[in-house]
Amino acid sequence: MTKQSNDKPEDLPRGGLLVDNLTCTRGGVPVLCGVSFKLSPGVAVLLRGPNGVGKTTLLRTIAGLQPPLRGTVKMNGSVAWAGHADAIKGTLSVRENLGFWAAVHGVSGRVKTAQLVDQAVESFYLGDLVARPAQSLSAGQKRRLGLARLLVTGAEIWTLDEPTVSLDSDSVTLFADAVRAHCARGGSALIATHIDPGVDAATLDLQSYSTRRDLSEQPAVDAGDTPVGDEGFLGEDAL
Amino acid sequence: MIALLIRDLRIATRAGGGAGLGLAFFLMVVVLVPLGVGPETQLLARIAPGILWVGALLACLLTLDRIFALDFEDGTLDALLCAPLPLSGVVLVKSLAHWLVTGLPLTLISPLLGVLLNLPPEGYFWLMASLLPGTLSLSVIGAFGAALTVGVRRGGLLLSLLVLPLYVPTLVFGAECASALMAFKDPLAPFIFLLVITLGSLAFLPMAGAAALRANLR
Repeated sequence: MTKQSNDKPEDLPRGGLLVDNLTCTRGGVPVLCGVSFKLSPGVAVLLRGPNGVGKTTLLRTIAGLQPPLRGTVKMNGSVAWAGHADAIKGTLSVRENLGFWAAVHGVSGRVKTAQLVDQAVESFYLGDLVARPAQSLSAGQKRRLGLARLLVTGAEIWTLDEPTVSLDSDSVTLFADAVRAHCARGGSALIATHIDPGVDAATLDLQSYSTRRDLSEQPAVDAGDTPVGDEGFLGEDAL
Repeated sequence: MIALLIRDLRIATRAGGGAGLGLAFFLMVVVLVPLGVGPETQLLARIAPGILWVGALLACLLTLDRIFALDFEDGTLDALLCAPLPLSGVVLVKSLAHWLVTGLPLTLISPLLGVLLNLPPEGYFWLMASLLPGTLSLSVIGAFGAALTVGVRRGGLLLSLLVLPLYVPTLVFGAECASALMAFKDPLAPFIFLLVITLGSLAFLPMAGAAALRANLR
């Protein structure tokens, strides 16, 4: 994690995230400029924007995987990252994979780990597959396992990059349920996606922050989404 | 930390994990050398410590890129970076796991292979004593090199070029220590140098490796 990620201001509630005037770069070139928003506990936000606008870059910067060029990311709580790759080892079984990530995130004790893993397995309908090596899973099942990993980390803030890729509609519902349950526990989630996962979430359109003129001059196309202003905490005005 | 070590050992020992790769390579080098050199027992005994040390070094080099490349490809490194573990600890644990599956077994079978090379029995102790810390330093230095080249596609060549010069001191003192007794010299002096190299790399290189990983994951 970068230094700024560890900054825990007193006024930020547990599970809250404050992004202030963030400029992030991809391959050394700034792609997003002046991104500011606040994420309250119990809230999920969908990041929107065309390919290449910098959704992944923003998420990686917030997760602390790369330093920002300018601006700060403040959070109260720990962050879990789920990218395009699922962080799953093919030769380990589903249970071993989840048990490992639980241990890495500080869950100790055999009983407690087993409990947590069982819950995660239950949430994503992986019950029949727990003893199977992860390499024998289908792409959608692997993705479900990758998302189940988020549940065992116990992190308050989820940063998800295209979490619904290769999921069928039933699995998308499972995912939406998991996000809702996470928010109900006081967690928060930032989700970059092109589809509507059916989560009751605010939308943050990154197009207006883009440094690429060809992208920022296009009109916004997310007609069906909740407008940012409705939630009253997104966008620069709120800060 | 321990979970990471157990996971790495588990992966290495399962099918396709590559635990036997370094060992098999070491075995082949040492078995083939007497066939290539010919049955001159005097000559073999003289070059035996050197052959064993070079074989160990190359076997170690062969498996280095597995340390981080696989975790990088499947996103595990990204997730580990977000986890509440110190990254230098991750580097240390992963180099330790590498040593446990290549360096340690290699050290343990080295006296057996010494027989093939006509190494006199009194040389076995110092051979093992030099390989034990020596292979550990090879793994730690190698993990640092692997961290430097983690984002590079097919970075095996670059990794070898980077790591080989760093391996030279370990090889020089290690082979010197293993062969000192037969040259009627004191093996303790090169052994102490070897320990210094090992402890030094254990102390500093995990931190350097962590910094390299951070820079490469951007």
